[in-house]
Amino acid sequence: MGISNLNRSLWVFHVNTGSCNGCDIEIVAALMPRYDIERFGMKLVGSPRHADVLLVTGPVTMDMSAKLKRVYEQTPDPKVVIAVGNCGATGGVFYESYCLDGPIDNIIPVDVYVRGCPPRPEAIINGVVKAWAKLEKKEAGK
Amino acid sequence: MALIPLIAAAAIVFGLVLKGIDRIVAARMQARIGPPVTQPFTDIKKLLMKENIVPRNSVPLIFNLMPVIALASALLVILYLPIAGFPPLLEGSGDLVLVLYILIFPSLAMVIGGFASGSPYATVGAQREMVTMMSYEFPLAITAVTTAWLVSSAGHAASFSLYTIATANVWALVGPIGLVGLLLLFIALLFVMPGELAKIPFDSAEAETEIAGGLLVEYSGTNLALFYLTDAVKTVAMASIITAIFLPFSIGPLFGFAGNESIAAEIVFYILKVIAVVFVGTTFARVAIARFRITQIVKVYLGHTTAIALLGLALVTADVLLGGV
Ligand code: SF4
Repeated sequence: MGISNLNRSLWVFHVNTGSCNGCDIEIVAALMPRYDIERFGMKLVGSPRHADVLLVTGPVTMDMSAKLKRVYEQTPDPKVVIAVGNCGATGGVFYESYCLDGPIDNIIPVDVYVRGCPPRPEAIINGVVKAWAKLEKKEAGK
Repeated sequence: MALIPLIAAAAIVFGLVLKGIDRIVAARMQARIGPPVTQPFTDIKKLLMKENIVPRNSVPLIFNLMPVIALASALLVILYLPIAGFPPLLEGSGDLVLVLYILIFPSLAMVIGGFASGSPYATVGAQREMVTMMSYEFPLAITAVTTAWLVSSAGHAASFSLYTIATANVWALVGPIGLVGLLLLFIALLFVMPGELAKIPFDSAEAETEIAGGLLVEYSGTNLALFYLTDAVKTVAMASIITAIFLPFSIGPLFGFAGNESIAAEIVFYILKVIAVVFVGTTFARVAIARFRITQIVKVYLGHTTAIALLGLALVTADVLLGGV
């Protein structure tokens, strides 16, 4: 039972750490008939305990940083973290705001950055695929 | 008894295939392509290699025991059901009433596991699941008792045995009024099915958008996989009960099959019947209707479904007492 089973069955948990909701709408768009990520066995789950992938959006406000850390720790291994959107990667339009603890990689390790404000659904799907490839490499290196 | 592991394995595989078909059909109904049929197998394999977290404020013994009990009791139900017109493996040692009792066990195990996981979301989910269970039990019991009584008044011994009910073919025992009554009972049982299986629209106990997965919120890895399998086996069990009571037709005599040919034909026909029941009872319902609130679930089950079932009971009773007019 190798890591390759993750390939075709990634369960995604979406964490909003204070985003403008633009990226969140693009994530939901990826579920809709046009992109239909369920084709690849991905689905959104309601609890981090069920998740393989954390899709994190937003620049991480001070209020959210402890919670983001906790959600990360609640996710069972093996797991990957994907930062969706510019503001998750650098702060984006919220750069140097007084109420930020972010960007995301200040709080938890990020495996893949998907850039764009917001990124297109194709880019998000591509990010998930890359994240899986990275995870596979990590396991193979062990 | 050497058959037991074989039947258990077949039930699990069939349940997972049913889940796969359900997901594809639901996707097609929403103009999506959907995952491959083998998706549930991949999911299970993945869950088995994930970390199995036991939360700090849970009761570990109960938390870990309940998934096993849930799957075991779901498999036990299968052994009491007549499948494809064959007598159940444990025929004679239990009947419809026992099946209804064991059928509560997987849900009850989930409730206890939910309470033991020490998360407020799971507690809310467990309470909702209990309320749902109490509401659908009544119409379910009415349907079961009515059909058993009908079969016994037609002069069959051991009328509470599911096998007797299946071989007696309830549709052949009634006149026109009774037919309408049976149809109503059939509809009531189809209503109960998504509640029993915790599927939309009756899945408020597991509602992932409001209570983050409810009962299952703290379960991960192997334990989650066991609950996933339980759900698959329960789907087979529930659909088989409905087929045994209301769709007991056999296909062999129709085409003049005999011997092994007839056995194979019966099994294929049974699989088709179960797929049809699952489509109407869960797939169609969950795509067509949004989730009910818990108060609405109680209203639908204790109000509408019970009314339908009681009307069916009254019509069947009238039919039998009037001698099949
Ligand atoms: S990256 Fe842009 S669209 Fe996405 S959450 Fe940040 S500000 Fe909104």
